[in-house]
Amino acid sequence: MPIAPADIPRLADKARLKWDAVREKHLLLFPEGVLVLNQTAHDILALCDGRRTVTDIVAVLAAQYQNDTIAGDVTGILQKLADKGLVKTAG
Amino acid sequence: MPTPHPYALLCELTYRCPLQCPYCSNPLDFARHAGELTTDEWRSALSQAAALGVVQAHFSGGEPLLREDVSPIIRHARQLGLYTNLSTGGTLLTEKLAAELRDAGLDSLQVSIQDADAENSDRMAGGLPSFAKKIAAARLARQAGFSLTLNVVLHRQNIGRLGAIIAMAEELGAERLELANTQFNGWALKNRAALLPARAQVETAAGIARAAQQRLRGRMEILYVLPDYYEQFPKACLHGWGRVFLTVAADGAVLPCQTSREIRGLKFDNLRNRSLDDIWFRSETFCKFRGTDWLPEPCQSCPRKETDFGGCRCQAFLLIGDATATDPACSLAPRHDLVAQALAQAETAPAQELIYRTAAASARFT
Repeated sequence: MPIAPADIPRLADKARLKWDAVREKHLLLFPEGVLVLNQTAHDILALCDGRRTVTDIVAVLAAQYQNDTIAGDVTGILQKLADKGLVKTAG
Repeated sequence: MPTPHPYALLCELTYRCPLQCPYCSNPLDFARHAGELTTDEWRSALSQAAALGVVQAHFSGGEPLLREDVSPIIRHARQLGLYTNLSTGGTLLTEKLAAELRDAGLDSLQVSIQDADAENSDRMAGGLPSFAKKIAAARLARQAGFSLTLNVVLHRQNIGRLGAIIAMAEELGAERLELANTQFNGWALKNRAALLPARAQVETAAGIARAAQQRLRGRMEILYVLPDYYEQFPKACLHGWGRVFLTVAADGAVLPCQTSREIRGLKFDNLRNRSLDDIWFRSETFCKFRGTDWLPEPCQSCPRKETDFGGCRCQAFLLIGDATATDPACSLAPRHDLVAQALAQAETAPAQELIYRTAAASARFT
């Protein structure tokens, strides 16, 4: 399913964000796997609270980063994680 | 390059198991390694691992649910912020135990099933009826609210039913299906002539797995691990020796991977005598195959050396008798003929008889 602007993404129950104090990196943990997140990916996932839409998340980050081209990053990362079953959406 | 910190710890809580799968990943001589770690020793192992950088703890066995302290051990791992994953054969899971594990904070539960065919599943697990209990365990896991992974080891005696196996996983509501072709180390190597699939079987199965991956994307993740015997290049075992992964065995031995006990001549330190940090960074065994400096040719000048690290050390030792050799599964390996011979036998002269993973058989291999 392609991610749409009105979708409300949230982390799958099986996935968990973690600050790794040993490596000083943000991680996404899930069964049998770990993703080391860059700051943008972390900030996107931290906003996936099951209330905000994709559009809302883009707006928050565009303001935070002073960057109007963030929408592509948000959709791209959420799509990749949705395909892995790590992000679920309601629309 | 500085030595990396490990991400994942496998805790083999016990080598005891009610099942007798002929491809078990426990060492052939498991019966010799008695004296299981206590609850407090496991807690200490997990605390040391978290301090070392481990973020994922996998609990397996043997059958981990034979340990009465599995819930308190998992609770401790969760309190340390580790992601926790339990692999069970399922036969001992009850509603009460599932609730207890949930309460302890277990993140993910993996149930192994041997086949979609009840009779063959029971036969592969050693003969006693277990299939119905495994199906019930998968349902209990879902009812308790777990993210369920189903694990099915593939081999020539069940790979022809891959479509039915995928349908079973869908019906059980698994979020993830691991289709792991048998790795021919230890018990599986003893049974290779009866388990190694023919080429046509592998190709058909790969097509079925790919189609199901497409169809179920976003609903059920399907991991299909090709058998390395049929690949051009070897697997990056462990993503590199002593790089991301370590195992603590039932008796406290610290291993680079769960099968590395098969490599004779390696010395394995025990948590009862040495700290996990010291073993990871400084023990002879962990340093021996770390990085790429030790690699022989043709690996040393191979552009893939940072990708597969020369392949599986256990496989090199078990097939050639030399753990420093290129994994013979690699098409470029000097001893690839050993794998080619086995593949030829799989086409023309497969065997039927299986040696089951029993304590009696283990005593014979000791």
